[in-house]
Amino acid sequence: MKKIAIFLFASLLGATAQAAEYVIDTKGAHAFIQFRIKHLGYSWLYGRFDDFNGSFQYDESKPEDSSINVNIDVSSLNSNHAERDKHLRDEDFLYVEKYPTATFKSTSYEPLEDGKGKLTGDLTLRGVTKPITIDVTHVGGGKDPWGGFRQGFTGSTEFKLKDFGIDYDLGPASQTVEMILDVEGIRK
Amino acid sequence: MAAKNSESAYGWVAIALHWLMAPVVIGLFALGWWMRQLSYYDPWYRQGPELHKAIGILLLIALLLRLAWKFLNISPADVPGTPRWQALAARLAHGGIYLLLLAIMTSGYLISTADGRAIDVFGLFSVPASIQGLPNQEDIAGEIHEILAWTLMGLVALHALAALKHHFIDRDATLLRMLGKPGKPERQRSIIDEPNHESKHKPTQDLSASK
Repeated sequence: MKKIAIFLFASLLGATAQAAEYVIDTKGAHAFIQFRIKHLGYSWLYGRFDDFNGSFQYDESKPEDSSINVNIDVSSLNSNHAERDKHLRDEDFLYVEKYPTATFKSTSYEPLEDGKGKLTGDLTLRGVTKPITIDVTHVGGGKDPWGGFRQGFTGSTEFKLKDFGIDYDLGPASQTVEMILDVEGIRK
Repeated sequence: MAAKNSESAYGWVAIALHWLMAPVVIGLFALGWWMRQLSYYDPWYRQGPELHKAIGILLLIALLLRLAWKFLNISPADVPGTPRWQALAARLAHGGIYLLLLAIMTSGYLISTADGRAIDVFGLFSVPASIQGLPNQEDIAGEIHEILAWTLMGLVALHALAALKHHFIDRDATLLRMLGKPGKPERQRSIIDEPNHESKHKPTQDLSASK
């Protein structure tokens, strides 16, 4: 009885003091970190990072307090071509031997209309930390069929490869990479 | 020249395989090293690796033939007077070169087939993937491929220097007999002139090696 009381008190405190914490559902693979970059300017090449984890804070009544932290295992890059992936992991590109982890830590969230918003934060990639802004859309949220509670977002951003120390010349049409980010979180 | 090896001489099959493969091994190393520094817009950016893989598969076939031939055949005895440690070192180096070649070609195959893709050999045939999807397979296989390739080049240099030492310093028939020549008799401490010589080294038993 005492335990339950403490638990109830703690959860009450948690609910009022801060937004709910959500763990990104990488276990069930309802989250994707994808990138795309133009090939020669003729087509889009897609790849993704298969291993990452993270969590976010979100409260629908106070979306401006939202925040997110994500850690990415850069060596889990997968563009569906082993020889290319090997090249993308070496010094010419991501240099995963030296910089195995990339992180994103949000610093602010500016809610806009219709569940949209601008998420600003620090991206650390290949040893370089720079602020980026991600355009976010709240896709949906609510109870799941298995007793949990979920929220999901999609986002996109882009940056120049050179900004993160990648100098390999892929041609004038391939200076910028787009990130396509989808996360679904399960409330703790 | 006989096709098969004898106690004192290499047959033409062994000689041909040796001299066909030697420049290909060194050439593949050079190509592999060079192709990795090409820029994305270089015409060889795609052709280099294609060529490297296709020739690598052909080299693997040649190596398997060579090993089969080696085991079906005798090896000529060391030239008389070879110190025991040198004979042993030579044997280790030869074995090492064969093993490294096999390991390098296997690791190269595992890079290119890590995602299930086959290796195309000049459009003639293709080698399908077998082991695939190991964690970071292409990276680990690539690391091994590179380290072993440099190790092989070290061993190849040692092998070549040893052959030159035999020719110019010891003035024996070791190098000449791999060139298919009997060697210069006056300079040669060869068993050709001494049919009943007593070699320190146990000659390989082979009934076909009749004198």
